[in-house]
Amino acid sequence: MQLHVGPQLALQHPAHLILCPTTSSIELASVSINSTASTYPFTWHVQSCNCIEPQWPAEELLMKYQYISDFFIALAYFSIPLELIYFVKKSAVFPYRWVLVQFGAFIVLCGATHLINLWTFSMHSRTVAIVMTVAKVLTAVVSCATALMLVHIIPDLLSVKTRELFLKNKAAELDREMGLIRTQEETGRHVRMLTHEIRSTLDRHTILRTTLVELGRTLALEECALWMPTRTGLELQLSYTLRQQNPVGYTVPIQLPVINQVFSTNRAVKISPNCPVARLRPLAGKYMPGEVVAIRVPLLHLSNFQINDWPELSTRRYALMVLMLPSDSARQWHFHELELVEVVADQVAVALSHAAILEESMRARDLLMEQNVALDLARREAETAIRARNDFLAVMNHEMRTPMHAVIALSSLLQETELTPEQRLMVETILKSSNLLATLINDVLDLSRLEDGSLQLDVGTFNLHAVFREVLNLIKPIASVKKLLVVLNLAPDLPEFAVGDEKRLMQIILNVVGNAVKFSKEGSVSITAILAKSDALRDSRTPDFFPIPSENHFYLRVQVKDSGVGINPQDIPKLFIKFAQTQTAGARNSNGSGLGLAICKRVSRMVTKGLLLHLGCDVTTVGSTHECLRVISQDHRVVFMDLYMPDGFEAAVRLHEKFTKHHERPLIVALTANTDKVMKDNCMRVGVDGVVLKPVSVDKMRSVLSDLLEHRVLFEG
Amino acid sequence: MDVLSHLRRQAIEYTASLHREGFVDDQFTQLQKLQDDSSPGFVFEVVTLFFEDCEKLINNMRRALQVQTVDYKQVDSHVHQLKGSSSSIGAARIKNTCVTFRDCCEAQSFEGCARCLDRVTEECRLLNNKLQILQSLEQQIVAAGGSVPVLQ
Repeated sequence: MQLHVGPQLALQHPAHLILCPTTSSIELASVSINSTASTYPFTWHVQSCNCIEPQWPAEELLMKYQYISDFFIALAYFSIPLELIYFVKKSAVFPYRWVLVQFGAFIVLCGATHLINLWTFSMHSRTVAIVMTVAKVLTAVVSCATALMLVHIIPDLLSVKTRELFLKNKAAELDREMGLIRTQEETGRHVRMLTHEIRSTLDRHTILRTTLVELGRTLALEECALWMPTRTGLELQLSYTLRQQNPVGYTVPIQLPVINQVFSTNRAVKISPNCPVARLRPLAGKYMPGEVVAIRVPLLHLSNFQINDWPELSTRRYALMVLMLPSDSARQWHFHELELVEVVADQVAVALSHAAILEESMRARDLLMEQNVALDLARREAETAIRARNDFLAVMNHEMRTPMHAVIALSSLLQETELTPEQRLMVETILKSSNLLATLINDVLDLSRLEDGSLQLDVGTFNLHAVFREVLNLIKPIASVKKLLVVLNLAPDLPEFAVGDEKRLMQIILNVVGNAVKFSKEGSVSITAILAKSDALRDSRTPDFFPIPSENHFYLRVQVKDSGVGINPQDIPKLFIKFAQTQTAGARNSNGSGLGLAICKRVSRMVTKGLLLHLGCDVTTVGSTHECLRVISQDHRVVFMDLYMPDGFEAAVRLHEKFTKHHERPLIVALTANTDKVMKDNCMRVGVDGVVLKPVSVDKMRSVLSDLLEHRVLFEG
Repeated sequence: MDVLSHLRRQAIEYTASLHREGFVDDQFTQLQKLQDDSSPGFVFEVVTLFFEDCEKLINNMRRALQVQTVDYKQVDSHVHQLKGSSSSIGAARIKNTCVTFRDCCEAQSFEGCARCLDRVTEECRLLNNKLQILQSLEQQIVAAGGSVPVLQ
């Protein structure tokens, strides 16, 4: 209020007059006007300043604080938008620019408000008040708007924060996974490299050694060891270690619980560093041993592989691989490291089995080659032998045939001449015998052809009865000399004519009958020929004979019985083996196996000679040592000597000198009437093989000979 | 046939008597066994040989005993030979005499040797006669168509 005080007015009453700083006009602070004068002749033209007075005086302390605070608030409020603008300008992306403007306006106006507030602490003009009010109103509007806007904005901002957190987590997770994949990839690489190393060799030792080395390197192990089962399978022996070059043959029994535990699973198993298989290094006091893992390595054999089937757990041998982390390192076995170990163990098993298979096949191949060579050699030798035999036979045949043919030819010629009936008979017998002999000679070749399978039968029609009669006629002379009765029985149903090889049939029958006659000293020989029926054909003694009855064939059974000494049952199988001789001394030596004897003393010489002749030996008699040595040869098997000869013992010594090789020397038998110890010693000293007490009987001589020939030594009595 | 069987019986009896009287022993039987169809004259041959040897040896012995200084070893060797031969054919009495003879030689007793020599000579003669008889019997048997019987 402006108050103009005219000159007329005289202030009668005290009035407070203030000078308004704003308008520099005096303000009436308080007017008390006496209103009794009714007549004021004047109009008040009080031109008061329109300044508003603050509530409380400006000097008060509270007001001062408020003033300061307002000032700072305004300051802050003005600086915030500046900061915002600055940083937003700096940032690359800020989606809420208009929010910023709005918020800036709000802040600025708030600041302005506070700033304007500073003027209201003292008297201030109406303009200021109006500006203040305008500012406040605006601020109110903007702040409400901002508040409303923030309701929308803040959730968004919050969600941004959430997303950021989420992304951070995701990033962390991906980092972890990356780390994992990287480790796995590295493991894979190591395994491939290891496998490559292991599989690049087929040598068992290299495989195992490489495994340990590579594993040690990959996993940075302190020690790596391989225990192999021993041959007996009862113990595990330390075979390879990484650090120690030549492990001592340290063994542990295979039945330990920890070993069983490891063998029972195909996973790597953590074991205690104190168990026997893990105690590979001497433990110094302060070591905190690293963790130990063990895994089984199957040792496969060729026989374990089936076609579609990985070998099952039956009787199998395992080796034990033990891996130790470095001590005092606080490292632990990670899952991927264990996996690596398991994979490697499998690979090693496969590599070892391949190496084993290869070894096996190479060994088999070597064996086959050896056998092939041996077989080849044997075949060549056999061929040579056969050729030699054939050559020999051919030559011998020729040699034997020539005189034979001469005999036959001349006998036939003789037959043509004038002969008495007796002579004719003799010539005919000669002819027949020679023919037979010629056939025999031919048949020696035939025998080998029979063995070779190239024998041909000379088939023709012949009179079967006539064959038997012929045999009988041939054998009768010899039989009558020996006073043996020969009887022929032909079955009534035996056909008279047959188709076959007549010569050979006769040969066989003659052979058998001849044997019968030769070895029978007395009695009779009976020849029976019957038609064999199918049920009677199978004989347990000839299991290889399978007769097949048919319409066009018949089986002829010929039985020859004699009353001779008989054949030792053990020798029966040998009967039809060519050239095999039975062992009974004496009786069978009539073939002339070359038993030559040299005897030195007339009468006893004669007697002994007679004895030996009676037993069927070839005997040569000599009259002195000199003659004996001259006559003796390797054909002579036994020398009988009378020891009271002037040079009896000397003869024995000389014989030893002549025949140095033991098997060439004939056996020396001393005949003496005296067999005391002195004599025996002397005999043994000169190297006599046997001593026989005189006089010698037939039986004694027989047994002497058989003993000698069996044992090559005889000391009697 | 009668003649033959009679002859055979005679031969058997005679052989048996020889055995009984100790002229021959089992060895002689063995010798007879050796005689068969392949060697029909075996016994005859051996016996003949024996008596030849006998004669020779006895002559040797006599000569050896007729010297001034008798070499008993030589005599002994002759006797030994005779002993061997006689035992080979089974001449038992001769053999026994030889045994005694050898003892005398060992004892170097001239009388003994001389006596033994006489005895041996006598025995040889006796045996010779006996065996000749047996021989003729056997010849007769063979001539009659039989075979010589062997005492079992």
